[in-house]
Amino acid sequence: MGMTVVQKILARASGRGVVAVGDVVEPAVDLAMSHENAALVISQFQAIYEGTGLEPTLWDASRIAIVFDHRVPAESPKTATNQKKIRGFVGATGIAKFHDIRGDCGGICHQILPENGYVRPGQVVVGTDSHTTSHGALGAFAFGIGATEMASIWALGYAVNIEVPATIKVEVTGAMPPMVGPKDLILHLIGSLGAAGATFRVLEFHGETIARMPTSGRLTLCNMAVEAGATSGIVPADAETLRYLREEAGVQEAVEAVVPDPDAPYERVVEVDVSQLVPQVACPHTVDNVRPVTGVAGQHVDQVVIGSCTNGRLDDLAAAARIVKGKKVAAGTRMLVFPASGRIYQQALAAGYIADLLAAGAVVMNAGCGPCLGVHEGALGDGEVALSTTNRNFKGRMGNPTAEVYLCSPAVAAASAVAGVIVDPREGRVQ
Amino acid sequence: MSAARVVLVLGDDVSTDVVYPGRYMATVLPTETPQYAFADHAEFNALLQSGGVAAGSVVVAGKNFGCGSSREQAVSTLKGHELVIVAEGFARIFLQNAINLGLRLVEAPGIRAGAGDELAIGVAAVTNLTTEKRYPTRPLPPARQAIINAGGLIPYTRQRLLKRAGAR
Repeated sequence: MGMTVVQKILARASGRGVVAVGDVVEPAVDLAMSHENAALVISQFQAIYEGTGLEPTLWDASRIAIVFDHRVPAESPKTATNQKKIRGFVGATGIAKFHDIRGDCGGICHQILPENGYVRPGQVVVGTDSHTTSHGALGAFAFGIGATEMASIWALGYAVNIEVPATIKVEVTGAMPPMVGPKDLILHLIGSLGAAGATFRVLEFHGETIARMPTSGRLTLCNMAVEAGATSGIVPADAETLRYLREEAGVQEAVEAVVPDPDAPYERVVEVDVSQLVPQVACPHTVDNVRPVTGVAGQHVDQVVIGSCTNGRLDDLAAAARIVKGKKVAAGTRMLVFPASGRIYQQALAAGYIADLLAAGAVVMNAGCGPCLGVHEGALGDGEVALSTTNRNFKGRMGNPTAEVYLCSPAVAAASAVAGVIVDPREGRVQ
Repeated sequence: MSAARVVLVLGDDVSTDVVYPGRYMATVLPTETPQYAFADHAEFNALLQSGGVAAGSVVVAGKNFGCGSSREQAVSTLKGHELVIVAEGFARIFLQNAINLGLRLVEAPGIRAGAGDELAIGVAAVTNLTTEKRYPTRPLPPARQAIINAGGLIPYTRQRLLKRAGAR
């Protein structure tokens, strides 16, 4: 029997010819990413060495990446002090893949890693962030871990006692209708799988729709695989992956694609035809509470958020700018835009998207996680309603447990910002 | 096997934002995180803070407990109060973090309990002594047992390092 992509990656990384689902392996890690929670990783890393007489030693500083994104610039002295502590550690240990708070090369970890060519097909990528699943978009096996597990990997260079996960094949066919995109596809899929429908499993994406989809859209899909409980999402590397790495990520050297065997053992196959898909909205307070936009049209929104590791890329900002161009954000609604990285911010500036967004009344913030996780800027008032292109709508997610968060695509978000209520962007109601 | 008291009952899909709200994430040390456990459940948080919850008390929940963020504070905050979580199912990263930090989780599909009920938690089953119903447990992934046996991932990794150093 053949192997899935993740089986092949884990077999290579653990020095074995073949691995089966359920085997316990200890894969070597190619890339280990943390953000501000590196502060906790550092203290756990040091705790490992206590009483051993051994000097705390990183297994390979060149494979460690640290990106400040969750609270940038710092919102409190506590955060600033954590960031200062991490800077000191980075300097002392020689971690070169460090992205500080900067307008040129800073941004959200799940954009910084791909755009700098750190992620390659076939790699094992771990991150102390649940949305590390994003990097499966480049054909890597990428999954989220906690800070203590990262500390262990910093010391050992491999992940201990990993069970080879089963894989669900997702076969996507059809052409996306206008105003429908990758976010609608993944919301639809999460709605049908359920919030725990893929727990301990990998979602492996295939089909003509995926083949035509740019890497930015694949990042959106894999980013939210975890919202169905999945260990990871993955798009086997193809011509588009190689194009992205060469043209957008500046990777010059040869890259080898890892693809599944034709007889790979999938636990099941889920087929999705997107040709009839309509814009989707995830309603409070779970990501699998998904309805067609038509089912929630008319809902007032106090704040619209466009950005995040899910939908803060150039084509997302372009979609939003096209919709709001020459129009105004409705009175009674705030529109906040967060580019996913400094590079994207500059590209959007050059393309005129930022000017269009600002002219419409949007507030364009620095690249970073923004209000997504409720620790920084863009807090919601009591009982307020947000419509957001981010990835989670849990109670209290944006910092206020009495507020409500709806999730959608950039097109739905932008059209709704102009209308002041949730609208279907396919209708010409936004005039 | 002594009886443990249920102190909080929750539904499905309890996220780490509910267990440990994101706004407290700048607090990272396990010695400091317990104060924010279930911060948005003000009454329960106050009860925890007042010391009115005995070590070994139980939180009962439905499916997919701990979904969402990988934040380890969601585990250390519960561990700090020595709570035991009995749920119908756990999200992967939360489960892994709990094993790594030594928080006791029990997966018991179908579990039903009310606040104040007494549970007998055994290896093979959880018995609700108040309703006299028995719920078979699902064992944790076997690969993780070695980490539990070592007392968590820090001592486990330490053992590996010492073994490697000794072999040199």
